[in-house]
Amino acid sequence: MTETSTPKPVPVTVLTGYLGAGKTTLLNRILSESHGKKYAVIVNEFGEIGIDNDLIVESDEEIYEMNNGCVCCTVRGDLIRVVEGLMRRPGRFDGIIVETTGLADPVPVAQTFFMDDDVRAKTELDAVVALVDAKHLPLRLKDSREAEDQIAFADVVLINKTDLVTPEELAVVEDVVRAINPTARIYKTSRSGVDLARVLDQGAFNLERALENDPHFLDHDHDDHVCGPDCGHDHGHDHHAHHHHDHDHDHHHHDHGHAGHDHHHHEHGPMSPIHDVTVKSISLRGGEMNPERFFPWIQKITQTEGPNILRLKGIIAFKGDEERYVVQGVHMIIEGDHQRPWKDGEKRESRLVFIGRDLDFDKIEKSFLACQANASAPMPA
Amino acid sequence: MPTVAPLDLEGHVVATHFLGETPFFATAAGTIHRLDEGEKVSEVHQGLLTCIKDPFSTSLLTGGEDGKVFRIAADGTATLLADIPRKWISVVAGGPQNAVAYAIGKTSYVRLSDGTVKEFAEDRSVEGLAFAAKGLRIAASRYNGVSLHWVGTTAPAQDLEWKGAHTGVTFSPDGRFLVTMMQENALHGWKLDGKPGENRHMRMTGYPAKVKSLSWSVKGKWLASSGAPAAIVWPFASKDGPMGRAPLELGTRANIMVTDVAFHPAEEVLAIGFIDGMILGVRLSDEKEALLRRPGKGGITSMSWSADGKRLAFASEQGDCGIIDISA
Repeated sequence: MTETSTPKPVPVTVLTGYLGAGKTTLLNRILSESHGKKYAVIVNEFGEIGIDNDLIVESDEEIYEMNNGCVCCTVRGDLIRVVEGLMRRPGRFDGIIVETTGLADPVPVAQTFFMDDDVRAKTELDAVVALVDAKHLPLRLKDSREAEDQIAFADVVLINKTDLVTPEELAVVEDVVRAINPTARIYKTSRSGVDLARVLDQGAFNLERALENDPHFLDHDHDDHVCGPDCGHDHGHDHHAHHHHDHDHDHHHHDHGHAGHDHHHHEHGPMSPIHDVTVKSISLRGGEMNPERFFPWIQKITQTEGPNILRLKGIIAFKGDEERYVVQGVHMIIEGDHQRPWKDGEKRESRLVFIGRDLDFDKIEKSFLACQANASAPMPA
Repeated sequence: MPTVAPLDLEGHVVATHFLGETPFFATAAGTIHRLDEGEKVSEVHQGLLTCIKDPFSTSLLTGGEDGKVFRIAADGTATLLADIPRKWISVVAGGPQNAVAYAIGKTSYVRLSDGTVKEFAEDRSVEGLAFAAKGLRIAASRYNGVSLHWVGTTAPAQDLEWKGAHTGVTFSPDGRFLVTMMQENALHGWKLDGKPGENRHMRMTGYPAKVKSLSWSVKGKWLASSGAPAAIVWPFASKDGPMGRAPLELGTRANIMVTDVAFHPAEEVLAIGFIDGMILGVRLSDEKEALLRRPGKGGITSMSWSADGKRLAFASEQGDCGIIDISA
């Protein structure tokens, strides 16, 4: 498809979180504080947003399964319509914020920005931000899967209402969040009092920016993994055009077999102190990869395990390739691109994180390591 | 040789229509521009989402971000028909006896000429509305199909089911077929006059992009569509419609997508608008092409023929609109 003009895509931030977690407070701050930017906001209900703004759009959540036989290929039909309308007059705002209902599944929201060509051409998913009520999280995790999904899917997690819990309780909540999602940036706040620069314009889905300048990526061993409100990490801001966009999305039949839960799990991710958590992460680390083994492998993994994969992120070193290759994915959607040349002295290793449910950690790790350039023989995934 | 009289407007222009011999242009900002002895401008909406020509009268129907629905007469007079604050109204339809349909979320509304409003609850959000040519009957397209309602009765809807999201709907001029545009780059059709047990479904697939524009030829023998680097024109003259028959591909250009199609009111001639602003006219009988407008600043969003078929108005995403005179 040829476009006569290709203006910079408008960033979209998705806010998730249970009722009472502080989404409205954060939205009101974004809309009222003087940061020199204007946002269009798509909400389910006007509710308590105290600001009169003609760029607040009410929209009924309308989840569409794509008619391709894939159960995880879902999009939000209402967002397609509203974004199309908003983007006819893009000069009115600098970004779009989508607030979801407390029980919402964040996946269809995010997939809308990858799977609908019109939406994808004009906007760019910036980050998924999850607000967590520090006091009520343990209860939420007991009574719903959505609370866990929201954390697992997020790029940024605000543990809010920290003033309502003891330091010990807060530490447990942090450990739970970290166990569910080892790659998210975590901020502890009360009254949604986070620096907005830590929430907006994160470039979390931008392959050029996503994993750059993130000293914590995949390093679970560090105690300083949780950022406070004054986090001073350099969250890089360079914008480059994507050179090419892989969008592998072939659908073979999916294996939904969930029988036999008694096979032993190796806990590669950190343990959650709360037993109700069903999302787990797997962090893989390997040497330089053989692209002729790696690409078929990741395509096969995302096709067969797609419904169980919430997010995946990785930096891959290919043998003989002078540039870092970054990949990220949501369910079966996977994107990859060269990011930048390896720096002198930078260790050329491959790192990959899967966040999901019912993933066979041993099998994934073995087959990942078999993609290494120095592995003896390719193994079936 | 066709001549083009340009009309440069501000921003995205949603639609253009002729009412008789007067061309109208509707901008996304909400202004309506009318070329009637000079350019006349009226501010109608705070943000306009849709503007259609009422097939049953000489007027336009509009819906906006301000939750309003207007009827606009040939002299430019705007009459407010509905006002639902804080709701976006992106789908409207015109019916017999001055009936007007619009939708908000999961509800279709039909406003009758006396001001009475009938409500129809749908299972899912309404994405498209159309009135049948005969009888006061509306079709509401939605996720997984279309619901047909007789406006005058409280009888349950007739549901036409087909998996997937149906983003727009149109009846064939003779009322024998119903066709929807789908989220997944396809059209779906139903044969409405089929016998019980007969296969009533028509699948029209193979598009590389979503179909956003449909146009029936005079007498409904052909249905033209956008969504490919050519206009895809399906034959509907036989009793089974396009089943088992290949569509025509007209005005094919390598990788340049068709964004809008408009059949001539009297001849089997199709105007084809592209994403680069080019417009071709193609005669169906011999597939002869004529360049009507060179590429411009933005993709073509809408085209409309004058009643006498001598002029074609076009609108673009970037505001570079105009009128093409093909009679010269």
